[in-house]
Amino acid sequence: MKVTFPHMGNMDIVVKALLEELDLEVIPPPPITKRTLSLGVRYAPESACLPLKINIGNFIEAAERGADTVVMAGGIGPCRFGYYNQVQREILVDMGIDLRMVVLEPPDNHIGELLNRIKVLTGAHSWWRVIKAIRIAYVKCQALDDLERQASRLRCRELNRGDVDRLYQSGRDAIDAASSVKEIRQCRDDALTRMAALPLDHALRPVRIGIVGEIFTVLEPYSNGFMEKSLGRLGVEVSRSLYLSEWVNEHLFKGILPVKGHHRTRKLAAPYLSCAVGGHGQESVGGAIEYAQEGFDGVIQVGPLTCMPEIVAQSILPQVEKDYDIPILTIYVDEQTGDAGLMTRLEAFVDMLERRKQRKEQAAR
Amino acid sequence: MTRKQKNQQQHTQRQNDQPQNTHPINNQGLNTQRPSAGERYYLGVDVGSVSTNLVLLSENGEVREAHYLRTQGRPLEMIQKGLADLARRYADEQIGGVGTTGSARSLASVVLGADVVKNEITAHAVAAGQLVPGVRTILEIGGQDSKLILLRDGVVSDFAMNTVCAAGTGSFLDQQASRLQLPIEEFGGLAEQADHPVRIAGRCSVFAESDMIHKQQMGHALPDIIAGLCEALVRNFLNNLGKGKTLEAPIVFQGGVAANAGMKRAFEKALDHPVVVPEHHKVMGAVGAALLAREAVQRASGLTRFKGFAMASEDVRAGSWECGDCPNLCEVIEIVESERPIARWGDRCGKWENSLSVIQTERAAEAAAELQQG
Ligand code: SF4
Repeated sequence: MKVTFPHMGNMDIVVKALLEELDLEVIPPPPITKRTLSLGVRYAPESACLPLKINIGNFIEAAERGADTVVMAGGIGPCRFGYYNQVQREILVDMGIDLRMVVLEPPDNHIGELLNRIKVLTGAHSWWRVIKAIRIAYVKCQALDDLERQASRLRCRELNRGDVDRLYQSGRDAIDAASSVKEIRQCRDDALTRMAALPLDHALRPVRIGIVGEIFTVLEPYSNGFMEKSLGRLGVEVSRSLYLSEWVNEHLFKGILPVKGHHRTRKLAAPYLSCAVGGHGQESVGGAIEYAQEGFDGVIQVGPLTCMPEIVAQSILPQVEKDYDIPILTIYVDEQTGDAGLMTRLEAFVDMLERRKQRKEQAAR
Repeated sequence: MTRKQKNQQQHTQRQNDQPQNTHPINNQGLNTQRPSAGERYYLGVDVGSVSTNLVLLSENGEVREAHYLRTQGRPLEMIQKGLADLARRYADEQIGGVGTTGSARSLASVVLGADVVKNEITAHAVAAGQLVPGVRTILEIGGQDSKLILLRDGVVSDFAMNTVCAAGTGSFLDQQASRLQLPIEEFGGLAEQADHPVRIAGRCSVFAESDMIHKQQMGHALPDIIAGLCEALVRNFLNNLGKGKTLEAPIVFQGGVAANAGMKRAFEKALDHPVVVPEHHKVMGAVGAALLAREAVQRASGLTRFKGFAMASEDVRAGSWECGDCPNLCEVIEIVESERPIARWGDRCGKWENSLSVIQTERAAEAAAELQQG
């Protein structure tokens, strides 16, 4: 069995660690490139959203390298993601690509269900081995999230363009190669220390923007036009409402691990949107409020074009904008999104926030 | 002014060797005097996919020159052409600052040596704020895109930009005018004669066009159809960009399409407010860029980075390649001036951009060494 999985931010390292700990042969899809996307666009229905197209591209490219099994997450609720694995299987079958699909669905009531699903893959391994594998993978996940957080905070301060990203990349590679919990933490600490020691503009008081939205387009830089990086280079400190470790904990582990969850976020959204609308619609609304309360200067909502949960959230956000006096920009992405148009909107938004901030500071004086 | 008169004027200009305004389309409100040597001007350049606009702004914010050129997919050439036009009447010392905007703003900034490079939204807002004090809503329809900008207390408070829907842009209007074999200038005037504008489906340019054809075949009068088309465009604009936003007066309408009286009227009808079309509505981006340049130069204690009018005749070329050094496969763009790379962008890692600054420092070091030897 040669296992592959779709890309989503740093998920490749995490899933690879999990599967390799279980002695599976893993063939991660090659990094997402224009080719990945154009394969996806060619074979997916035109009206499908961007994540599905990129997934399809990933699977085709992994199959080219010999993968025969796909592991991916499923979903519940009124978001198309829930049936993507079925659609994707059909598309691949039509193309004559025979991949077995193993779907990790969020457990309905108990974590044991998830473990059982993982066991489908692992066969004879003891529970102990399975749990150890999950632990390693999860520690990697958290370490990578820590690096991402730091990078998004520091990028606007770097004096030599590209410094932060270089260290982030080498830290990411080191974590990928590390094999014990201790070693992973060591790699993370090294990378964080080296980032902090870079030549940075410590006097800078940047505009701060929070990113909310649909998980794939928030986590996968290729899908959002490398938004965090672009904003950093425009001099913005960026925070993201969602990190992989949080999502894994909430959706796959039912929140049993002690990390920050989105319970509070959803509660904040309740006066505006009190029920789940699938995807991350509720979290987008709540996340925007959270950022406003934390004194951020602006919020960017990002989602795939035609994403229903995000459309619901978008229609509510103008009210949040007014009530909490925080500008919110919505950006939908698909395969036709041009870099230039995206940059123009980001620049204009940052300009607007900077001028607003100056005004406020002058008024306060 | 008829074309003949214009030709005559241009002819006399050439004879007197005192060309005034080589502006091919719009001639209004421009100076006819040779500028006095002491005055300083700010150059604003807006390079979009459809048009390349250059303006010269006087120290107190008056538009002294406005050039409107078709980009025709050759932005570099057009920037140089516009510059050459100006070079005949202005000297380097008269240019106090340069600002660029538009989708090819980086390109323009490298060629000209800009003091400020800004996105179109900020530039449009700054220009409208100057020319129509107190403006709260800006409607902008250009050739390829349209924008809605809201301001409060002179600061942009919200904006939306449409880059995908063809039914909401000037090009669609142009296309329909030519399909009906009407010069675009007459188009708006005809719309004003309408008694009962016909309702045209305006969500998508494909549907709009077939609906128009259908309405024509049904025998509706042309002015009614044209007025209906304007209303459909306005509906499309407000649906796409205005959702959830309160549009308050004063309202300014700018961009190439603002010349169209039918569109102005359709906006007024839909918004139930008067709509102001500023005199220089076609070149507002360039005006904004010039205003921003003035601001930037003042901050930089009066020094401009303008490279001089000689750039108009330099050999400048743009090239690009795909970098294969990592999976990002970035499309790297390089600007070469007389065989010398002067700018690069498009690389996500900064490798190519930074290598250029290394070359530049090396060159500076070489020059310094030569100086010492010599
Ligand atoms: S320019 Fe840098 S980021 Fe882009 S493909 Fe080349 S090495 Fe990769």
